[in-house]
Amino acid sequence: MAQLYDRYSSVVYAVALRVLADAAAAEDVLQDVFMQLWRNPGAFDASRGNLAPWLAVITRNRAVDVLRKRRPQTEITETLVSVEPDLASEADRGRNVEKVRAVLKEMPAPQRSALEMAYFEGYSHSEIAEKTKEPLGTIKTRIRTGLMLLRKAVEAT
Amino acid sequence: MNVHEQYGEDLALYALGALEGSDRDSLEKHLEECASCRRELEQLRGDAALLALTTSGPRPRARAKSRLMDAIAKEPRVQPAKVRAPLLVVLGWLAAAVMILVAVTLWRQNERLNSTVASLSETLEKEKASSEQARRVAEILHAPDAASYVIMPVSVKSMPPSGKAIYSRERSGLIFVASNLSPLPANKAYELWLVPMQGAPIPAGMFKPDARGSAMVVNPPLPSGVEAKAFAITIEPEKGSTTPTLPIVMMGTGG
Repeated sequence: MAQLYDRYSSVVYAVALRVLADAAAAEDVLQDVFMQLWRNPGAFDASRGNLAPWLAVITRNRAVDVLRKRRPQTEITETLVSVEPDLASEADRGRNVEKVRAVLKEMPAPQRSALEMAYFEGYSHSEIAEKTKEPLGTIKTRIRTGLMLLRKAVEAT
Repeated sequence: MNVHEQYGEDLALYALGALEGSDRDSLEKHLEECASCRRELEQLRGDAALLALTTSGPRPRARAKSRLMDAIAKEPRVQPAKVRAPLLVVLGWLAAAVMILVAVTLWRQNERLNSTVASLSETLEKEKASSEQARRVAEILHAPDAASYVIMPVSVKSMPPSGKAIYSRERSGLIFVASNLSPLPANKAYELWLVPMQGAPIPAGMFKPDARGSAMVVNPPLPSGVEAKAFAITIEPEKGSTTPTLPIVMMGTGG
């Protein structure tokens, strides 16, 4: 577990901090995520993906639950994450993350904002529509096409 | 993209945890039944994970690691203390569950084995019957008293039919092969007769020639120990006769 922590704690902490913007709360989520992995090592299905993105998703879900002051919405065993290409090595991960950052930078601001509000701030689609005063359908489309752009960024050779 | 289009946008929102209300309920119901959409959801979560992985910042403080390691040291992976029921009761139920599982597994294995054994037995029986038949044929052919009877037509034609019977009295075995036989009238068949040294001819099998006029009779039921003077062939009704109907179309004596 110490080795796993050394390798992945920075990913987990960065995601938690991005969502919560509070070091102490982010450390609590960091602790919670690694304790769940310790208690239930079978929760992660290695045949269905690799650990970094899975931990990122689990951490985001826990952090948003804390942010919205709600009970955990999903079980970690129910969370399957599939990423192509393989992001097992740090080098691959770094290269692909740079591609995604570039796409985000080029993305229209309303689209990037919709993605970030949903993912890092935990807003529902109707809340985003209300806050941005945009139609619900527009928000749905922006989020879906935004995710597709991220996928294309890493699929492109 | 292999996903139901009507769920595409809702799946993306769901992957981000941003879908709610009846849309969420409806999608979750659909996901239970649709492997294609479940797979797409995994991929969308992966896309969202890419978003999460773009975050960067300071590393957690060193004390966060020591806090985690302390917590792990205090907490074994298996947590029986959380179970309120007495340990023996829990173990009893666990043992019962394991026994049921083992019993079901063994029962299924047993069913499969029974099926396999039945299939093998059936194959073995067929092999035995086939082998027995071959053994009987070989025995008759090699029997010391085996004699062949060449059966010729009573009235000679250009392509004369012929037949050969090999008979062993000791084994009550008979093999008969014929060729160039004439086609039969409707509802008629040839009947082979064992003509004993004394007494009436004994039925020795019904046969019909194939398109080339060939026919064979192997080990028809015969009384034991009958000495054959000759073999004869008559044309009879298909179901066979107990006494030959004249004329005798072919006949041959031993030699």
